[in-house]
Amino acid sequence: MGNYAHSFRGETYRFADLQAVLARASARRSGDELAGLAASSDAERVAARAVLADLPLKIFLEEPLIPYEEDEVTRLIFDTHDAAAFAPVSHMTVGQFRDWLLSYEADSATLAALAPGLTPEMVAAVSKLMRNQDLIAVARKCVVVKTFRNTVGLPGRLSSRLQPNHPTDDLKGIAASTLDGLLYGSGDAVIGINPATDNVQNCLRLLGMLDELRSRYEIPTQTCVLTHVTNAIEVIQAGGAVDLVFQSIAGSQKANEGFGVSLSILREAQDAALSLKRGTIGNDVMYFETGQGAALSADAHWGLDQQTIETRAYAVARAYQPLLVNTVVGFIGPEYLYDGKQIIRAGLEDHFCAKLLGVPMGCDVCYTNHAEADQDDMDTLMTLLTAAGVSFVIAVPGADDVMLNYQSLAYHDILYLRSVFNARPAPEFEVWLEKMDMVDRAGRMKLPTPSNAVLQRLIGDHRDAA
Amino acid sequence: MPPEDPWEALRLATRARIGLGRAGDAMKVEDVLDFQFAHAVARDAVHAKLDLARLKAALPGAICVHSEAEGREQYLRRPDLGRRLAPECFEQLPRGEYDAVLVIADGLSATAVMHNAVPMVEAAMERLGGFRIAPPIIATQARVALGDDIGEAMGAKLCAILVGERPGLTVSDSLGVYLTYNPKRGTQDSARNCISNIHTHGGLSYATAADMLAWLMREALRRGLTGVGLKEASGLLGGAAQAALAG
Repeated sequence: MGNYAHSFRGETYRFADLQAVLARASARRSGDELAGLAASSDAERVAARAVLADLPLKIFLEEPLIPYEEDEVTRLIFDTHDAAAFAPVSHMTVGQFRDWLLSYEADSATLAALAPGLTPEMVAAVSKLMRNQDLIAVARKCVVVKTFRNTVGLPGRLSSRLQPNHPTDDLKGIAASTLDGLLYGSGDAVIGINPATDNVQNCLRLLGMLDELRSRYEIPTQTCVLTHVTNAIEVIQAGGAVDLVFQSIAGSQKANEGFGVSLSILREAQDAALSLKRGTIGNDVMYFETGQGAALSADAHWGLDQQTIETRAYAVARAYQPLLVNTVVGFIGPEYLYDGKQIIRAGLEDHFCAKLLGVPMGCDVCYTNHAEADQDDMDTLMTLLTAAGVSFVIAVPGADDVMLNYQSLAYHDILYLRSVFNARPAPEFEVWLEKMDMVDRAGRMKLPTPSNAVLQRLIGDHRDAA
Repeated sequence: MPPEDPWEALRLATRARIGLGRAGDAMKVEDVLDFQFAHAVARDAVHAKLDLARLKAALPGAICVHSEAEGREQYLRRPDLGRRLAPECFEQLPRGEYDAVLVIADGLSATAVMHNAVPMVEAAMERLGGFRIAPPIIATQARVALGDDIGEAMGAKLCAILVGERPGLTVSDSLGVYLTYNPKRGTQDSARNCISNIHTHGGLSYATAADMLAWLMREALRRGLTGVGLKEASGLLGGAAQAALAG
């Protein structure tokens, strides 16, 4: 145990252990207060940051925050650590690492080579010393490119998940929301449904419809029904059209057990999806969701603050070469992230930490009706995340998810972000949009009037099919 | 003749906000305001207070209690406090040989309680002849598990807590009922049965919800349990009740 203390203007602030330093250095958020881990004053918070800045980065290789013997996520982190990749920064303190990340020397190639040498705890630690602009500036330099039927994560591109959820999984209703999103150029990350009824039979039905739609219009994208990984394995065995296997994950073995998963079952699911060979230009077949507060809500946080244990989930994700990962940042509720300010900070942290670890991070920019947040906060977060080079964001019709009863981004927001940042869809998807005559000469999505030929064709097909 | 809106047919299949217009890249002003209105009503439901005088007038003999959460902000930040009865409230609760106590709780939508709780209680009482029912309890800053403290303090075999559900943009006044056998502090949520989505905008009707509740209460007393075990037995129920319980 080290001696963790810092003095400022005659006052000495002491911290019991490394866990306490990390927790108290975190920007204020309701989940850490709920867990009794947060700094008790603003001054104590800054003192914790000062202690953290002087700690050597390699302390996180010497002191596991969750015991190696008791947690398979810790074992994964330590057993797969690449010491050679870590060497260039192994002499640094956390504070020096922050300054180095922002230096011109730390360019995209350097950061990509470093990623296997970093552990989640190092990344979480340095993020606590970074302002929002630092999180954006460094994340923007981290390029993480993944492929399946198209290419997600290229610089200058912004992809989106089209999320056509329906409260009773009505196929026609889902198709209508899907067509709507395609007319906004959404869906290049994935067309992904959260099923209202989560069983194998229903997944087969939904996947069949999505695959038929994708095949009929030859859309260069991937589809997914976000069912539990064990269901996905059964669906694959039953001959279902599984492009991507989805699973919610968290940063400790116990929290993952709460989700009904282990590292071995995730490997089994990845192998099953790979065996289908459905990817055309790549085989990144996994899709993970994470979110601060998940571990605490399962009482599986091991005394860690919610941001540090969240970052450990990215170590789980990167072991399976995912195509997509996203934090559901505002979904978990105000007891974890109380208001727009906390949601925005957490969204930027999650994105930065994942990207620095080499994980293709996207975000469900979202909130619930009992959080102190609204669409203005979402405008801010999605704009900042796009500036930071987020791999993808989630969009639903009119920002209103009528199945999960929360607010995400609207299809319109994808147009706004692509316009303001001159960000384009995934290249293969962009070609498809042009081929479908959905883009005008300035590269903007055409406004589909009722007489629009594409709209008439898409809707006509579905009216007839219904 | 303007061309027919091709989205009309598809809107019959979903209440998602499909086929909206555009102002450049953005939503049209009427759609922005429609969304803001729905969000405002939902937020107002979260922050509204129960009209205790009106509820007490409608529920003779009702007793008002509150959780350890002081005010709505603390309630939202600290779910643990909303699950515990404030110490000074225990002595207000009469102890007796009760089969059941009905708790009316604000939860995340006081609006849902003001719109639906009284008719729901009346519909339930009509179907609970022969039950020894405790005086109704009105609870504020309350989470579902607050019913455990209340039921335990009163010695009731069953606690049915009627609670405002988290508002959505479409429905902000949906009521849920959670039934717990042998309520006591620390009961797991898997040991409860839930009847959700009770409201008057296409949700579950009071009569159907009350049929379900009465069936669940009789079976819970007969079998001495609530939760997963009782849910599996609900195959005996018919029609809408069965469907609602399955969802």
